[in-house]
Amino acid sequence: MKLIFEKSVPGRGMSLLPPCDVDLVAMPAGLERETMPQLPEMSETDISRHYTELNQHVHGVNCGFYPLGSCTMKYNPRIDEEMAALPGFTQIHPLAPADATEGCREVLDTAKRYLCEVSGMDDMTFQPAAGAHGEFTGVLLIKQYHDARGDKKRTKIIVPDSAHGTNPATAAMCGFEVVNIASAPNGCVDLEALKAALGDDTAGLMLTNPNTVGIFDENILEITRLVHEAGGLCYYDGANLNAVMGVVRPGDMGFDCIHMNLHKTFATPHGGGGPGAGAVGCKAFLAEYLPKSALMDGPGRLQVRGFAGNFLVVVKALTYIMTLGREGIPEAARNAVLNANYLMRKIQGTFEPAFDRICMHEFVLDLSGFKKETGVSALDVAKSLIDYGMHPPTMYFPLIVHEALMLEPTETESRETLDWAAEVFRQLYELAHKDPEFMHNAPHNAQIGRPDEVRAARNPVLRWQKS
Amino acid sequence: MNFPAELKYSKSHEWVKMDGDVAVIGISDFAQDALGDVVFINLPGEGDSVTAGEAFGDVESVKAVSDIISPVTGVICAVNEDLADAPENLNSDPYGAWIIKVENITGQEDLLDAAAYEALCAEEG
Amino acid sequence: MGSYVPSTPAERQEMLKAIGLSDYRELYRDVPESMYLDHPLDVPAGMSELEVSRAVSAMAAKNKVFSTILRGAGAYDHYIPSIVKYIPAKEEFLTAYTPYQAEMSQGILQSIFEYQTMICELTGMDVSNASVYDGATAAAEAAAMCRDRKRKVTLVSAAAHPDVINTIRTYCYGAGEELRIVPAKDGKTDLDALKEMLTPDVASFYVQQPNFNGLFEDAEALGEAVHAAGAMYVMGCNPIALAIMKTPRDCGADVAVGEGQPLGMPIGYGGPYLGFMVTTTKHMRKLPGRIVGETVDSKGERAYVLSLQAREQHIRREKASSNICSNEALCALTAGLYMATMGPQGMADAARQSMAKAHYLADALCAIPGIALKYPGEYFDEFVVEMPKADEALKALEEAGILGGLPVEGGVLWCATEKASREALDRAAAIVKEVCAG
Repeated sequence: MKLIFEKSVPGRGMSLLPPCDVDLVAMPAGLERETMPQLPEMSETDISRHYTELNQHVHGVNCGFYPLGSCTMKYNPRIDEEMAALPGFTQIHPLAPADATEGCREVLDTAKRYLCEVSGMDDMTFQPAAGAHGEFTGVLLIKQYHDARGDKKRTKIIVPDSAHGTNPATAAMCGFEVVNIASAPNGCVDLEALKAALGDDTAGLMLTNPNTVGIFDENILEITRLVHEAGGLCYYDGANLNAVMGVVRPGDMGFDCIHMNLHKTFATPHGGGGPGAGAVGCKAFLAEYLPKSALMDGPGRLQVRGFAGNFLVVVKALTYIMTLGREGIPEAARNAVLNANYLMRKIQGTFEPAFDRICMHEFVLDLSGFKKETGVSALDVAKSLIDYGMHPPTMYFPLIVHEALMLEPTETESRETLDWAAEVFRQLYELAHKDPEFMHNAPHNAQIGRPDEVRAARNPVLRWQKS
Repeated sequence: MNFPAELKYSKSHEWVKMDGDVAVIGISDFAQDALGDVVFINLPGEGDSVTAGEAFGDVESVKAVSDIISPVTGVICAVNEDLADAPENLNSDPYGAWIIKVENITGQEDLLDAAAYEALCAEEG
Repeated sequence: MGSYVPSTPAERQEMLKAIGLSDYRELYRDVPESMYLDHPLDVPAGMSELEVSRAVSAMAAKNKVFSTILRGAGAYDHYIPSIVKYIPAKEEFLTAYTPYQAEMSQGILQSIFEYQTMICELTGMDVSNASVYDGATAAAEAAAMCRDRKRKVTLVSAAAHPDVINTIRTYCYGAGEELRIVPAKDGKTDLDALKEMLTPDVASFYVQQPNFNGLFEDAEALGEAVHAAGAMYVMGCNPIALAIMKTPRDCGADVAVGEGQPLGMPIGYGGPYLGFMVTTTKHMRKLPGRIVGETVDSKGERAYVLSLQAREQHIRREKASSNICSNEALCALTAGLYMATMGPQGMADAARQSMAKAHYLADALCAIPGIALKYPGEYFDEFVVEMPKADEALKALEEAGILGGLPVEGGVLWCATEKASREALDRAAAIVKEVCAG
């Protein structure tokens, strides 16, 4: 594909603005820009065709199966987009007076009420713009809580070794020392390891439940009790909430604060990498530490972003929640779990699950035995799936499973799609035994062959230059 | 895999060659093989102090990053700046591509000889 | 109730049976009985699409849409060309995840590569990331990337946006590092005060250009002072102004950041917006967030990938300088699309018209007895006036469908963009005049 700059023709443009109807003002001396930026010069047809071509080189949830574990790639309803595009939302200034923004506050208040109910929390902020940003916000609640009590010795955050990389990175951003604890053989928290790590220097624990191997930790009440007894707080990483929403609540598991990924669990689209929205909920005793905008709400609170967060994303999530309602929320969770178990059992017998037991909304395949047998790696299988029009699962995560492929089908996939996916896996399993070389070189029919990532990192080319 | 007999090795896979009072430090053949294609190295500055058992820089491959641990305590007297432009030399010539030289040495980790290090690698590999 | 689960009740029973179960409850056998919800959530019953459309539209209808917006302060009502609204709504762009699999994501990767190039062009800097959450977090991330083992303190101009200052403060609090505010004089950063505050422990200084009061800072002089003290210089820039304003590169910035919302995003009650973040080649590997790089594929063809990933949290974990992963990719695509649609001339036109309209409005307001500019300096498309009866005047404007300036300490902060017609500006000034005369 040509870059947009390579399609630019000097002198092209569109008629977008009327002539200026007041006198122009010169930039003050010494402040003028010296040379014009080299931006593309295009007609509207050029623009339309260019972006259509780019769009045709993207795999979205609308294109086909997208079982990217941990990312909850469920269908993104169009009505949610339509609501978020209403001028009554898009054209509202964040600093407009209260009597002109009642509707926006109703959206935030309603979404807060419903999501507090789903999570078992008492209060909430929508300021964080993504999951990792929510983690940062949540762990800052823990830090402020200990600081306000003058409890300066609590310098450590405990993180299981199966955690998402954002957990330890977040704890470090909040100035905490990270204590990594090994998981039990079943991927759950090792209670003895937890007990050994806990002490009067424990600020808190960050945990995902169901965990990153897709198992609900049955010791969860014991885990949160132990942390509380040691004087620490419990942070719930809501990345996997889709498995349990409306079925069991993090607040009832003993967690003190939580982030939810509205762009995963609550069906707002991920836009090729964002915008997301990370709602952060907490129990009442932490509510006074929730972030607020200095300009909208006055000084005195911390804040993690400007204004009130990714508001239009919250509109989409609220539309989704109101559509599903009290019956639809647990129905979605139950069917996400059912679909995952169904697909896991369908695939089993060829590729083997890392944990042969009932899973939650996702499961991990362990391809280490398969690789020894055939020489074909998890990467080779993932790349081969592309030729079938299936987005590969999450690869090589969690780190505690070798040659891992993590699949999360979500509830919005039909039985036919799951049957088809299992059949594709079966075909690849057979192909690996017959023609491993073919799989080492996959994909064969994709937009590009495998990219040279070493070259990209050694000799970074990070922008286009006129040759 | 290559384990030159004249070198000493740390358990974290650095090699040390004593050149008079100066310690020459790099990463082992085993280390570069485990990392894969090295794409970048974070180098310390000349005159920086290093402490035995603590990181003084790191090496990156596409999918991994690894601290480089100093086997000795002292002051850096030379840095192999060529590696900044050609980190791939760590892969092609791990024992030629020294990273730093350290003088004023006041302490060191327990180091292994080639045979003991080879045994350790066999265990980890 | 609404549902997006395709399988029928009969299919679900068959699927349960296929995995050896008879009831959904058995799927949750690891959930302790004591916490398994035995009652429905306290959330209303689900709705059909038509019902939900009515309910959410009713909320939108409770907001007031102003026909003229003369308020900025971090959210700018510029004209958004029609195609810029349409293209990002295409379902593939909209629904894809982060482009982990380059072989089926070239469209997204290339759009980010193009965005990176355009942001480099606009700022004059060398290397852009794929975006961060917004302008405030971009400034906070910049402060973090400038800290090293010896230099830890962050300086921020008091004339920056209050939300930006407070966000930097928050990130510094997290890291356990100190933030010091450099005072303003006549609405601009006090250069003499800055020089005194540039102690050897200072890592970076952040200034906003134009600043929160709308004034142009003496950005080059500030930069020279910062560099003379061995610290890093971070500039937060208005991207529309950059079309005609001296670039951060020419002002000596080491890192340039900013709020990208004016590049085609609606004001949307505060988000989603776009944080842009660019630096020099020297500091490339300290830049947080996703970065797209060019390479070749197995056939030798040009291809794009997520690059320099060893900086990031999924590899570096607790040693990563930032935890960011999701960013604002679709907003970055929108910004690239906006810049390509406007082109260099269109961008400059929007900037010149915004500046002209703001000056026209300022002149009209200052012609009213009792109203005067609060600060003496040159400004772009925002300015602060001292005015009597500000609350009354703003209320009268609201009733006429005009969102007036923002009350700030000691005055009102006004903004005008290319969208405001001369007629609308005249009307606004006439309403203010009437209130002030009454």
